[in-house]
Amino acid sequence: MEWEIVIGLEIHVQLATQSKIFSGASTAFGADANTQACAIDLAMPGTLPVANEEAFRYAVMFGLAMNSEIGQRSVFERKNYFYPDLPKGYQTTQLEEPIVGPGVIDIELANGETRSVRLHHAHLEEDAGKSLHEDYQGMSGIDLNRAGTPLIEIVSEPDMRSAEEAVAYLKKIHSIITYLGISDGEMSQGSMRCDANVSVRLKGEEKLGNRCEIKNINSFKFVEKAINVEAERQIEIIEDGGSIAQETRLYDADKNETRSMRSKEVANDYRYFPCPDLLPVMLDDDYIAAIKSTLPELPDAKRDRFVSEYELSAYDAGVLTTDRATADFFETTARESGEPKLAANWVMVDLAGYLNKTDTALKDCPFNAEQLAGLIRRIKDGTISGKIAKQVFEGMCNAEGNADTIIEARGLKQVSDTGALEKMVDEVIANNQAQVQNYVNADEAKRPKMLGFFVGQIMKASKGQANPQAVNEILLKKLNEQ
Amino acid sequence: MHTKTIAQLGKALRSKEITSVELTQHYLDRIAELDSRYNSFITVTPEIALAQAKAADERLANGDTSPLCGIPIAHKDIFCTQGVRTSCASKMLDNFIAPYDATIVENYQRAGAVMLGKTNMDEFAMGSSNETSYYGPVKNPWNTNCVPGGSSGGSAAAVAALLAPAATASDTGGSIRQPAALCGLTGIKPTYGRVSRWGMIAFASSLDQAGTLTRTAEDAALMLNTMASFDAKDSTCVDQPLEDYTTTLGDSLAGLTIGIPEEYFGEGLHPDTAKAVQAAIKTYESLGAKTRSISLPHTDLAVPAYYVIAPAECSANLSRFDGVRYGHRCDEPKDLADLYKRSRSEGFGDEVKRRILVGTYALSAGYYDAYYNKAQQVRRLIKQDFVDAFKDVDVILGPTSPSPAFEFGAKTQDPVAMYLEDIYTIATNLAGLPGLSIPCGMVDDKPVGLQLIGNYFAEGKLLNVAHQFQLATDFHQQLAPATA
Repeated sequence: MEWEIVIGLEIHVQLATQSKIFSGASTAFGADANTQACAIDLAMPGTLPVANEEAFRYAVMFGLAMNSEIGQRSVFERKNYFYPDLPKGYQTTQLEEPIVGPGVIDIELANGETRSVRLHHAHLEEDAGKSLHEDYQGMSGIDLNRAGTPLIEIVSEPDMRSAEEAVAYLKKIHSIITYLGISDGEMSQGSMRCDANVSVRLKGEEKLGNRCEIKNINSFKFVEKAINVEAERQIEIIEDGGSIAQETRLYDADKNETRSMRSKEVANDYRYFPCPDLLPVMLDDDYIAAIKSTLPELPDAKRDRFVSEYELSAYDAGVLTTDRATADFFETTARESGEPKLAANWVMVDLAGYLNKTDTALKDCPFNAEQLAGLIRRIKDGTISGKIAKQVFEGMCNAEGNADTIIEARGLKQVSDTGALEKMVDEVIANNQAQVQNYVNADEAKRPKMLGFFVGQIMKASKGQANPQAVNEILLKKLNEQ
Repeated sequence: MHTKTIAQLGKALRSKEITSVELTQHYLDRIAELDSRYNSFITVTPEIALAQAKAADERLANGDTSPLCGIPIAHKDIFCTQGVRTSCASKMLDNFIAPYDATIVENYQRAGAVMLGKTNMDEFAMGSSNETSYYGPVKNPWNTNCVPGGSSGGSAAAVAALLAPAATASDTGGSIRQPAALCGLTGIKPTYGRVSRWGMIAFASSLDQAGTLTRTAEDAALMLNTMASFDAKDSTCVDQPLEDYTTTLGDSLAGLTIGIPEEYFGEGLHPDTAKAVQAAIKTYESLGAKTRSISLPHTDLAVPAYYVIAPAECSANLSRFDGVRYGHRCDEPKDLADLYKRSRSEGFGDEVKRRILVGTYALSAGYYDAYYNKAQQVRRLIKQDFVDAFKDVDVILGPTSPSPAFEFGAKTQDPVAMYLEDIYTIATNLAGLPGLSIPCGMVDDKPVGLQLIGNYFAEGKLLNVAHQFQLATDFHQQLAPATA
């Protein structure tokens, strides 16, 4: 039996507005508990919500980026349930008339294939506070700093067929929201959280299986693991003759397993109804068009442009544009150095390797794109060889400064002075007479290969600093004179 | 002094016949001496009142001519007042000190008015007799065996007993107009959105609107001038230019068309109330107004629609009272469910619980379409009735409530009978229109209220139509016994 996994994702993205969605309190992360919660966030009697226009602007930007319809009329509803970190006893969210309607995006898979994932809708809502159970013995703490932080919940259709596709989709969404600058996308801080709806069915079967929702998965890696382990669990149950109960489950990363969180019996009736404190928000065409005109270049468009403008391969362009900061870093390096291909190589191989190895974020990199371009320019103008450049790059990673400073300080400048090189060549010829005789006696066709030995000796003698091209010319001339 | 209207007191203050401190002390003394009879105040704030009076006297000495400067008023205990208990007449908020002022409280402060205290009311404004208050019922100054009406019963009794020249109030289904009728006062509920709801504890957000209780229409105009404002903190507040409602008070009624809805004179209306209202119609005709019979065909659906929508909204609005952050919390909760269950069971009274249950039911899966959605459809029909009617008439006239004040306990065992008290007032809230009640006669030595309903934002016209009646009659000048 061949099984097929069916996955839909619900992604919660915190919007990077200065203030909350219905109050003026700050949304900055990491403040002391309950210092960023005003009377509205505390649901004091008599307080009223006022919608934050910036949140609407961000949601519209997202909708436009997803090729979605924008809801010209959007309505907030109350989702009623009791929980201590939900001060009003209801969450203000959208249900029937969300701000972002259906859309579709393409995701690229590692094997080069492309798959389309449909967006069901995306809606604006407020985040809840946090319940803190660990630091209080026999009690729970409540931090309402997060309460009222604007979110967009992005709901996909069940269009993904593997954990890999789900992660690719999630990364694509991450890429879009960070390109737009509407969220910092920091999964570790909860700025982007993911619920995965997972079901399995036999390949070829049309009907969807019963699904389980895995709540609050907070990294790309865990999304992949959680989906795979959940699919395995479901397949095992069905193969053993059982059936899947529709339920909410939690992924335990330590044990790499999912477990039941809420049973169906206590399922809430949320009693949604339109919030009478907030009138329907009407967005006209001009408003939407004005936002559209401010949209930055998005990942797919940038990738296509990199291919045509810088003659990069589609793969390289794809890698470079996944993340806006990387794309910008590359583009500045390419423009400043005039060497797009070298720039792409340095960014994708050396820079990425360094950041990865030292677990450094690009924004914390000790040098900037202009400085990397400076290094490439020195390769281009022959001041240093590609090989020496690796040493200079190391110096830049150690925050030793510009390429020029490091070349100077470490004395890495390439020797191109003909007099000095001639002297080195003469010495090598003098010290290796046997090899010189072999060379002279050899066929014309074999000679280029044999030349490498002499070049190597000279590079060794010059500690790599001899200009290889100049060395070649002088060497050929001198050997031919023998 | 306490028999004077705001308009008269303002003149006395500005001409230095009396100081605000003297006037304020006079009312504080009356409250201390007489309010045990009526129970109209939950909290009296003498220190704040005298400090505000002193500040007002300084403004007056500097030539301030604001009409309310130095005038003592009372606030319904539904409005948040910074540093002062704001209970909404509920055990749930018996210990709640508001950390901020309602916008309308701020407006009155800025105008130089003096706060005497916070008035009694039905718990969370749910009731039509002021019998659901945690602080005990309010007695009608006209007959202390009778209810003052509700939910703004404390504000009405305080003004009728001359313990305050005016009081703020709120009206979700008749909570200003019905007590005004039962206590012989002028009570206005403005257009929904005319007055900020910020700081007014919500019962049913789409229906709640603050207004005033005064002894005359002229005083109502002065009070509403200050209460009305556009407030960015309330998304449902309408950014409509402010008017001076006193400027239209002299307009003639010649050519005015008054609509008399036939549905407001049917079964259930006390015959003597009907007689008083018919006499008022004659008075208007004598003042030059034309009257014509109109139909508001969905009138009989107003009460049922209201008792779905208002409880539905209240069931969510009152969820915040959970014993977690403020308000009543039960002793020694076992766990979270126990904390919620007991805090709310102990903190809310029966009528509040009834409405939360009704509202929760109406919004539940499987019932939403049959109740909430249907009620919203009815609401649109009711609104359309009025829109159609106002194509032909300037104001609509009818009784405010079916009968004069009734005795305590008369309707407490029959919620539906109590709900029918608001049969003529509820439709106005569903439509969002302004309405007011003025006294138009006496039945069994108890006042009868005449209701006038205006078009959207036609408060100025409405107040003048009331004012012209008061120039021609003296019902509004009659005082409750043992108050003068």
